[in-house]
Amino acid sequence: MKFLRMRPGYGEQLIAEGDVEVAEDEERLVEEFRRQLDHGMWAAVPITSAAGRREAEMVRSFEDIPRTTDRVIFFPRAAGGAA
Amino acid sequence: MTVALCVTAIVAIALLFEISQPYLDRRLDRRRARREARRHGAPAAYDPGRERRAEQRARELLKSCVNEEDWAMYRDLGFLRVWGGQTGLPADAARDLRGVPYAYLVYPHKPIVAYLPQTGQLLNEYCVEFPDETRPYGSARLPDSDDVLAKWMALKGDERRLISEANLHLPGRQVDPKQVQRDLWRLGRWERERLEQAARAGDPAPPPARHDNPGA
Repeated sequence: MKFLRMRPGYGEQLIAEGDVEVAEDEERLVEEFRRQLDHGMWAAVPITSAAGRREAEMVRSFEDIPRTTDRVIFFPRAAGGAA
Repeated sequence: MTVALCVTAIVAIALLFEISQPYLDRRLDRRRARREARRHGAPAAYDPGRERRAEQRARELLKSCVNEEDWAMYRDLGFLRVWGGQTGLPADAARDLRGVPYAYLVYPHKPIVAYLPQTGQLLNEYCVEFPDETRPYGSARLPDSDDVLAKWMALKGDERRLISEANLHLPGRQVDPKQVQRDLWRLGRWERERLEQAARAGDPAPPPARHDNPGA
């Protein structure tokens, strides 16, 4: 599983990678996930529906991430703009 | 003979060091100044190459996440249409629409425009940004395609949450309604052309849209 983060001037950056079936890796991923959310990031997982359509799921905790997903995308949380 | 060669080499190295020292000093000073500027939050110089590379990476990421027709729509028209109502609108808006299908036009770094596909009526503008306050190069702005992907994922994954974070305005506040109507017409024409191409190629794939578009 890869954690990608959108950043200005970079596009996406790989911030963590590991195998969720390996306890050590999973622990590292959980820590990184929490760290990103603590920094105000939102996390989304690209998924494919049963009908074969690509969709996205917002995840708020590590447990919400489907075990089979290969990437989680972090992006800055939304803020109302140009009021 | 060996001693003479060694002495010559030492003298040559010393002379080279002497000659290159001002150049090395200048480079060190510049590096120190850049580090100091970064420490005080001064933005790095604008680099169009860096921004282009970032946008290229963002486009690849967008392409890998959205459906093929969504990607083609963004590539050809410069915006995405996302159908609404997948995860529920705020109660007020849902009540007003009474089950009528609605959709959003998602532009890079512009408000999300909600509209009724059956009539082309514009509903609202949702002004929303994804500012990265770490500002790695002085700007909090994501590359265009990352901004579109962030909106797409948030609308798909948690429409209610995104809409509740946005500033709601009447249509025309920031995005010219004539431009939106023109874009809806372009979208309709684009979809017709894709259907015709698919029909010519004998592709049995169903049309991508869930509802008729007014421009069609």
